Amino acid sequence: MMKYIMTGLVAAAFVFAALTGRMEELSTSFLEECGNAVQLAITLTGVIVLWSGLMRVAQSSGLTEKLAALAAPVLSKLFGGLKRGGKAMQYITLNITANILGLGNASTPFGIAAMREIEREERSPDPQTASANMITLTVMNTASLQLIPTTAAALRLKYGSAAPMEILPCVWISSVCTLAAALTCCAVCRRAERRRRL
Amino acid sequence: MSFSDFMIPAMFAGVLLYGLFRGTDVFGEFTEGVREGLRTVYDVFPSLFCLVVTVAAFRASGGTQLVTGLLAPLLDAAGFPPECGELMLLRPFSGSGATAIYEQILRSSGPDSRAGRVASVILGSSETTFYTMSVYFAAVKAKKTRYALAAALLGDIVCAAVSTAAVNILL
Repeated sequence: MMKYIMTGLVAAAFVFAALTGRMEELSTSFLEECGNAVQLAITLTGVIVLWSGLMRVAQSSGLTEKLAALAAPVLSKLFGGLKRGGKAMQYITLNITANILGLGNASTPFGIAAMREIEREERSPDPQTASANMITLTVMNTASLQLIPTTAAALRLKYGSAAPMEILPCVWISSVCTLAAALTCCAVCRRAERRRRL
Repeated sequence: MSFSDFMIPAMFAGVLLYGLFRGTDVFGEFTEGVREGLRTVYDVFPSLFCLVVTVAAFRASGGTQLVTGLLAPLLDAAGFPPECGELMLLRPFSGSGATAIYEQILRSSGPDSRAGRVASVILGSSETTFYTMSVYFAAVKAKKTRYALAAALLGDIVCAAVSTAAVNILL
């Protein structure tokens, strides 16, 4: 999938730049952005490493297991076939908790760890293909679960909004609908795939 | 001092104290986690790099404005504020790019205008879809992602539509 996105974006950029006469900007953007990408990775490294460290402490002290047990009734419905109390479920719980609380990028390292544990636990014969549980977790992370939209609220305040937090109910409604639509789409597609295979 | 300022430090102190109390080698485990984290970055960096560079190229070429311009009459007819078109288009690809455009909307239309409110709700209820997908699937080296993209993009479209409707009805 990524090969089409990458080629598509670069080819489209070339055509648009030729049409709008912005070839010079396009040319400099390649050279400038590769530095920016490294900078982003360095910032991200700090955050990922920080949370990975804390996550290991929480794991070996048995804290994540307790948290996962609390979330198990809901999460085991979404993620079928994963061991209750297993490591994959623990990381999924951490990922979703961090998402809801909006803990400065903590959800990414938790999510990556969860993906790897799902892979280890399911031991699929076809590792090139994403499993249903991997897709469910990823799709949940492409929808926003964050309760308080801190970035939007901070910027609204900065630009002189009379009520920066008035958007809250709308954000919640929109988040819930987005998540419901994406998960329903997953369930429908999964069923369609199964029917095609029969 | 808000609740969220309190949360992260409390979590660090709490997790470390709990670990110590339970007899965990807190320092050893933490540093081991840091090492694992470095490996994680090493694994996902290539996909992340490609995405950042190609999306920036697309923006620099004026592609986003061109596509938004073409879509504007369609969006307008659907009741979607045309100022938010570029935000909707860029949001799935780039968090920093979307924030920059969001600030532009707040500056030119004002945070309490209809466009400003819709943009706020979209930004608050969506994620950087492609970034998330590339990082998560890169972590397990999955190439075939089946229906993941379809579900995620459907989510983004629903997000834009519901955000507009919710602002129209509630605010």
